[in-house]
Amino acid sequence: MLDLLRLRLKHGSQAIPDIRKAALMETHRGFPSIDESKYTGDWQKIIDVCPTGAITKNTLSIDLGKCIFCGECESVSEGAIKFTNAHKISCSDRNHLIVSSGTEFDEYQEKAIEATREIHRMFGHSLKLRQVSAGGCNGCETELNACGNVNFDMGRFGIDFVASPRHADGIVITGPVTKNMAPALLDAYRSIGDPKVVIAVGACAISGGVFADSAQLNRSFLGEIKIDLFVPGCPPHPLTFINALLDFIGRT
Amino acid sequence: MSWLKISNAQAVPVGEIPLLTIEELRSQTISRIKNGERLVLLFGDKTSDGVVLYAVLADDNASRLSVACSKFPDQKSYRSITTEAPPAHLFEREFYEQFGITPEGHPWLKPVRTGIPGIDHSERQYEFFSMEGEEVHEVGVGPIHAGIIEPGHFRFSCHGEKVYQLEIKLGFQHRGVEELFVRNADRPIYLEKLAESVAGDTVIGHAGGFIRAMESLADVTISNRAKVIRAVALELERIAVHLGDLSALSGDVAYLTGSSVFGALRTKVINTTMALCGNRFGRRLLGLGGVNFDITPRLLDDVSRVVDQLDEDVALAAEVLFSSASVLERFEKTGIVKKETAVALGMVGPAARASGVAVDIRSDHPFDGFEFVPVHKLTLQSGDVFARAYVRFVEIQQSIRIMREQLGRLPGGELRKDLGRLNKDTFVISLTEGWRGEIAYVVMTDGEGRIRKVKVKDPSFNNWFALALAVREEGISDFPLCNKSFNLSYCGFDL
Repeated sequence: MLDLLRLRLKHGSQAIPDIRKAALMETHRGFPSIDESKYTGDWQKIIDVCPTGAITKNTLSIDLGKCIFCGECESVSEGAIKFTNAHKISCSDRNHLIVSSGTEFDEYQEKAIEATREIHRMFGHSLKLRQVSAGGCNGCETELNACGNVNFDMGRFGIDFVASPRHADGIVITGPVTKNMAPALLDAYRSIGDPKVVIAVGACAISGGVFADSAQLNRSFLGEIKIDLFVPGCPPHPLTFINALLDFIGRT
Repeated sequence: MSWLKISNAQAVPVGEIPLLTIEELRSQTISRIKNGERLVLLFGDKTSDGVVLYAVLADDNASRLSVACSKFPDQKSYRSITTEAPPAHLFEREFYEQFGITPEGHPWLKPVRTGIPGIDHSERQYEFFSMEGEEVHEVGVGPIHAGIIEPGHFRFSCHGEKVYQLEIKLGFQHRGVEELFVRNADRPIYLEKLAESVAGDTVIGHAGGFIRAMESLADVTISNRAKVIRAVALELERIAVHLGDLSALSGDVAYLTGSSVFGALRTKVINTTMALCGNRFGRRLLGLGGVNFDITPRLLDDVSRVVDQLDEDVALAAEVLFSSASVLERFEKTGIVKKETAVALGMVGPAARASGVAVDIRSDHPFDGFEFVPVHKLTLQSGDVFARAYVRFVEIQQSIRIMREQLGRLPGGELRKDLGRLNKDTFVISLTEGWRGEIAYVVMTDGEGRIRKVKVKDPSFNNWFALALAVREEGISDFPLCNKSFNLSYCGFDL
């Protein structure tokens, strides 16, 4: 009994007090700041080093929907690409995920997620989500689970993962969507009552990630529905996910 | 003809692997298993003159692996090995599924990753075992489960609350990993990242396994410093997941103090990994030819401080957890896997050690930093949820000791070397003790030194069937607890 009290005392409160202001350590690879003028070498070298084909050159751009934030491009870019620790990188428009040379983080973030009055009215104080892993490697799944732990405590905002799609306001998809999971994913989506929110989490769900070229995927469903929120990363940090939701439902 | 003896991650010319008749391969595999060797892999390889079946066995006490193969130029069947050596059970099903060669007499010849209803009707459809009778019923769970969990289907045959039989159908996560390795053979950076994503909760384990195979094929020996950093990373991964499992096991028996405390401790560990390499799961820490990140003197201080604090905190938290009557009441004598069963199934990792099977690749077939620091194999005897939980606790303590030893004498050396070209027509098998157990990577090159075959085996492949046996005769309400006590990978199995 005394040990239990000692343990509780030692544990104290582990919750991050202000999720909105919490910053990640310097080593975290978040928003890439790009300045193409710093690079003098062969562009193809930077393009080829990317394992997921996220980099294109007209103006040098990185597609955060494909990017797995490995930082390989940074190490060959002579300083032209720098992954900053800015983690609020989610957005509601797929095209917005393409970050070009010269784009500042503040400018990117300002227009990233549109909090509509309608969404705020319906889900601003309570958002229940059903998660479906469709070929996910358990990286995104583990981080989504972490959102509910004592550190991040997402439940404090009225946002929870629920067991039944019938109880859910939306679906959170992880994984590149394998052929073998496509029908079950569709079932889960259809079982959620309208209006519903669709959130794609991680490079795999958004673009197929490292599995994009696999013959074992069936991503047709993702092309037929509207995705409301894209949360990039490999996997996205819990703070990336939670802040995206708070922005989306219009919480300050 | 004697089998080729090799050690962990020792590359050998494919031509040196003895070619036996299938009857010889079968009878010798069976007799070796009966004499105490462990079946590491049994897998097929399609070549221009027929399918080749490879068998790799481990004599763990002698730190030796043996490999042999047999060719199927045109015959479509052979006598099943499983009938006399159960560890071959899933390997033979996989071989049948991939190459259409029937192991005659196999007792449970069902699809492994295909045959899911409603996907592809040209495939052989999976049929579940069915139980009939008064007052018996079946419960189907999945592929989508209640929490944030990977998909898989569980079919319980029950009498009231009691589970008579559980059948586990996986394959939902199949992403074609092995094919992607081969198709992208000329993109080394992609291959590193793919290995990291085979099972995203075992980034260091899988990446390390694949990378060591590649280094061996290229005759590259990495620096001692890189070896130690890899070993430290692997132990950080093990500690983090074991803490997460103790948290989840606490949660499954409604012991919220344990759930919170172990969860918070896990956060500290994965944040240490992030300080090291910029990612909480260790992505990009390892690279072909070494590591991408150094442990600087400042980091060394930070990591040592975290480890010291952790040692104290884990001891206290475990003391409280394992002395709570309400926890022990649920953990003890639940989901028992006997030692004979564990050996018969060829189980690996902590789940095997909790059943008294002394198998640990770090000790039996040392690699990276474990070449310098001997690892004692920890076993428990009871084989129940308690043992699988407690073994995690003692392994965390052991990993802390290993990290201290490794970090205490961090050798010098370059972080990364160039890999250069891979040797031609070469075979290598690399074994790793990931936190779930033995991870195996076979990589084979062609006449141009290009990767032409990759075979991956996650420890989950050995252990899923043990879960099915563990829940027999248990209440169905204990299934989540049993399941979590194994914490097996779906995507690692499905590939």
